[in-house]
Amino acid sequence: MDNSEYSKRKYHQMVDRVSPRSNILVNSFKAFCSGGAICAFGQALSNFFVTQGATKENAGIFASVSLIFITILLTGLGVFSKIGKHCGAGTFVPITGFANAMASPAIEYKSEGLVLGMAAKMFTVAGPVIVYGTLTSILVGLVYYFVK
Amino acid sequence: MDYIKAFVIGGLICVLGQILLDKTNITSSRILVLFVVAGCVLGGFGLYEKFVEFAGAGATVPLPGFGNLLAKGTMKEVDEMGLLGVLSGGFKSMAGGVSAAILFSFVAGVVFSPKEK
Repeated sequence: MDNSEYSKRKYHQMVDRVSPRSNILVNSFKAFCSGGAICAFGQALSNFFVTQGATKENAGIFASVSLIFITILLTGLGVFSKIGKHCGAGTFVPITGFANAMASPAIEYKSEGLVLGMAAKMFTVAGPVIVYGTLTSILVGLVYYFVK
Repeated sequence: MDYIKAFVIGGLICVLGQILLDKTNITSSRILVLFVVAGCVLGGFGLYEKFVEFAGAGATVPLPGFGNLLAKGTMKEVDEMGLLGVLSGGFKSMAGGVSAAILFSFVAGVVFSPKEK
């Protein structure tokens, strides 16, 4: 009799029983509500900056910068990670996720120094986003240059 | 009305991210990269801009909107400067947001201490 096979099965049953169920429907609903709320708030900020005399395009940039500022403040206060735990993709897909991905390691790794700790770790996630975003934009620019 | 559009469209983009996160092995950092690249490609074809006209912040606040900004900025720069714009457009268009994030993150790093998880 294969004892290890048996205990392995038992073990998997136990893991299944005690690990929290990640229900995709519940997660998606939370992501929808939180992500939607962040975007609606972004829209409100953008509308506000238009009433203050900004062009539509600049109002969008002001709104993004405001969201980045609020996210980083909440990250520093330790609130963002608590909200983010429930919202999943709802908080990391909007620009708030990008801002959090920069601020969180900056705070976390400052004990390793200002250069190789804070500054380097700031770009652990943001770096790849910027690298591949820039490469894609170069490709887009090249195609546009030769096709237009 | 524009709030409802922003809420629904922005929410749906996040749901797409959540499904990728739950149903595949793609990590969250890779999803961010994927979304920016996808937004940039759609922006290059001029498709994302139509989406922005419809959904406003619902399309610009999620990360594909960041990709679209890069594509749009690059094409504008190519119009103005020719071939050199291919290189300078992307960085120019993200400069505001990224510089702000660097500044705020640096200040946060100096001011705040790591919290207990």
